[in-house]
Amino acid sequence: MEKLLNEFSLGLFVWLTLLFILLLLLLRKYAWKPILDAVNDREEGIKNALAAAEEAKKEMQNVTADSEKLLQEARNERETMLKEAREIKDKMIADSKEQAKIEGDKMIKQAQATIESEKKAAVADIKNQVAELSVEIAEKVIKEQLSNKDKQLKMVDDMLGDIKLN
Amino acid sequence: MQKTYFANFLLAIVLLLSANMFGKDKEQHSDEPQKDLKTEIKEYIQHHLLDSHDFSLFSYTKENGEHVYVGLPLPVILWDDGLKVFSSSKFHHGEELAEADGNYYKLYHGKIYKTDAKGTIDYDAEEHPTNIKPLDFSITKNVAMIFITGLLMFWLFTSLARSYAKNGGIPKGAGRFFEPIVLYIRDDIARPNIGEKNYRKYMPFLLTVFFFIWFLNIFGLTPLGINVTGNIAITCGLALLTFLITNFTGTKDYWKHLFDPLGDTMPWYAKIPLYIILVPIELLGLIIKPFSLLIRLYANMQAGHIVLMSLIGLMFLFKSWLGSPLSFALAFAISLIEILVALLQAYIFTMLSALYFGFASEEHDHHEHEDEPELAHL
Repeated sequence: MEKLLNEFSLGLFVWLTLLFILLLLLLRKYAWKPILDAVNDREEGIKNALAAAEEAKKEMQNVTADSEKLLQEARNERETMLKEAREIKDKMIADSKEQAKIEGDKMIKQAQATIESEKKAAVADIKNQVAELSVEIAEKVIKEQLSNKDKQLKMVDDMLGDIKLN
Repeated sequence: MQKTYFANFLLAIVLLLSANMFGKDKEQHSDEPQKDLKTEIKEYIQHHLLDSHDFSLFSYTKENGEHVYVGLPLPVILWDDGLKVFSSSKFHHGEELAEADGNYYKLYHGKIYKTDAKGTIDYDAEEHPTNIKPLDFSITKNVAMIFITGLLMFWLFTSLARSYAKNGGIPKGAGRFFEPIVLYIRDDIARPNIGEKNYRKYMPFLLTVFFFIWFLNIFGLTPLGINVTGNIAITCGLALLTFLITNFTGTKDYWKHLFDPLGDTMPWYAKIPLYIILVPIELLGLIIKPFSLLIRLYANMQAGHIVLMSLIGLMFLFKSWLGSPLSFALAFAISLIEILVALLQAYIFTMLSALYFGFASEEHDHHEHEDEPELAHL
């Protein structure tokens, strides 16, 4: 202890204290403050940049999700549109088929009716011609037959007998 | 630009001092009896550990027994009825009297005593000189070294700060080495020990004290071997600053804890008998904390220097093909350990200072910290 006290030099102590405090004050102003500020700023910057990157990533994810959603919607819409179109097409086909069938039926009926009436007309015509021919034939026959009196009378008798039968 | 100024400055110093370095400081030692090597080594070590009034680089003995000291004289500043300033070369390493304004001063075992014109020194019964010691504010070797370290640190760290401004917050060159250390002190010493809220105001002191001690420790290991941090006055000054900062920045809680360590856990009449013992212990702890700081640093550095120099001295004592290389290897190993110790002691001093600042600036919400005083006596 005595050795320690003997070694203790007041002058050195005073010098150290003065120089150290001076150094401390100078360094605080010209070195530590700028250094620590710069380091803090840098760390702050890094933190902000990381946060911004995270934010951007999230936004990106949102955008991707959005576009995915949009795409899905578009796909659904296309699907429904296609389905509708197909339905419409099917319906149209069915409708036109129906229409055609109805129309066809109608036409067939008309045709049948026409054919029927034509046939009736034709039959009537034939009947008329046959009647005329028959009349002509009959005329000729009668004329011939009437060329002599007996035959005329006989024929009238026959005819009258036929008529009665009818 | 910066570098050329600095180089010019160095050159000027070298030129200024070189005139003193050579040719001067030669003395006759023929009247002294030839000491044996062992005592000489012992004295050399003891001399080296102490501060001195001149910056000696090395000394050798000529064949005719003449001791030649090579070094720089430093200014001696005394306060003895007025300021006395003269060069330490006047003392001629203690062999001659220095005269200033009609007063005579003698350098005796590293201390300056006032004597009469013949230089007589009176002793008391225990062989201690009884002459008057004038107040000695000389620029001694240690003061010069503190000055140099201070300049170096100022130059180093201001240039680091400037490089940040220049490079947009990115360190360059030496800053790449020092920045992680600065960050380590901030993130692993200051923040955990002092706390996020208060650590900023202690940072300048912690950084300065860490680099100051570290640099001086390292300089102590160079061949110049200036034992600054192994000087009790230096460690005392540093520890005193820690002590003062601790107590001047102490919060109300810190002082309350000091004088009322048990808080509201007991009625006042029960506390009285306890406090007769507890409060003095707490107050003693206040002193012990910086005292342990100063003794730890002093003893570690002092011991390191003694061990290292003794091992180097052994090389000259052995003078054999086995012993000398062995002690050289040992000295080499020890100096490697000392490099580690230099860093470690700077770290410990800074760390403990931060811990004490932490206790002082802490604001308790509750008094649940009764185990802290034990921690503080580390």
